[in-house]
Amino acid sequence: MDREAMTATSENRNEAQMIASILAGNTHEFHDLIQPYERSVYSMALSMLQNEADAEDAAQEAFLKAFRSLEKFRGEAKFSTWLISITLNEARSRLRRKKTAKTESLDELNEGGHVSPALLRDWREIPSEALERQEVRLMLQDAIGDLPLIYREVFVLRDMEDLSVNQSAEALGISVAAAKVRLHRARLMLQKRLAPQLKQVMPKRRWFPWF
Amino acid sequence: MVLECKHVWEHISGYLDGTLDAAVLEDVQKHLEHCEICSAILDSTRNILILTADERVFELPLGFSERLHARLEAEMQGFSYKPRGSVEESDG
Ligand SMILES: [Zn+2]
Repeated sequence: MDREAMTATSENRNEAQMIASILAGNTHEFHDLIQPYERSVYSMALSMLQNEADAEDAAQEAFLKAFRSLEKFRGEAKFSTWLISITLNEARSRLRRKKTAKTESLDELNEGGHVSPALLRDWREIPSEALERQEVRLMLQDAIGDLPLIYREVFVLRDMEDLSVNQSAEALGISVAAAKVRLHRARLMLQKRLAPQLKQVMPKRRWFPWF
Repeated sequence: MVLECKHVWEHISGYLDGTLDAAVLEDVQKHLEHCEICSAILDSTRNILILTADERVFELPLGFSERLHARLEAEMQGFSYKPRGSVEESDG
């Protein structure tokens, strides 16, 4: 997510006021309320479900659920956090419905495993402009998508949706200690897979080929 | 205390999140000063986290927003929240 943009948006708006107004009958204001979160809800659903059509459907369903149950939003959490946990639950229940025994046992197997990083002697910074390249985006999408679910969930919440470790643990219904361990493994798994791939995709001499 | 590389790897996540105890942090930093491998692992992990957090990684499908708001609009037709302070219907 674009963290700065997200923060700026929520700071410049009074979401509590918008929500009160929606609940008082101005339901159409819900369109404006969710507008800054469309992308993060969709990308979260996509990283979980790994299929664009499923992700779009799950994202729509999450927004509809948020709309229908807006009265239950208590304002103790941020609206965005509440919305993210609705999305997480929606994606999880869809995964449960189509989950195969194979992916389940893989997740279990990896829980106790030890992850070693990819060993490198040096690292040349890869600027965000590299994301203009489709192959780089696909590389990242695939690597995130291939993380076992228990690692992917916490990674998406903490490192993509910018929740705190405590919020992520709460949304997932696991202890903070477990969230930290899973997050650490998720990050190392991504480093192990992506560092060699990214290194290879970036030419040594022409360092800014996308300009 | 002198840390081995594989012990430093266990602290990479905590290091990036700034949640290491002062003593552990000092040991890790000392190790990083002279170990190019652990430094490269740390730098690449940090770099990868910046890239994966970028909103360009997952693109919204064309027309996503229009379809979403159309579906919401349909839901809003005739929808109303229960008036504040109302009780669940008990008779009927
Ligand atoms: Zn080392």
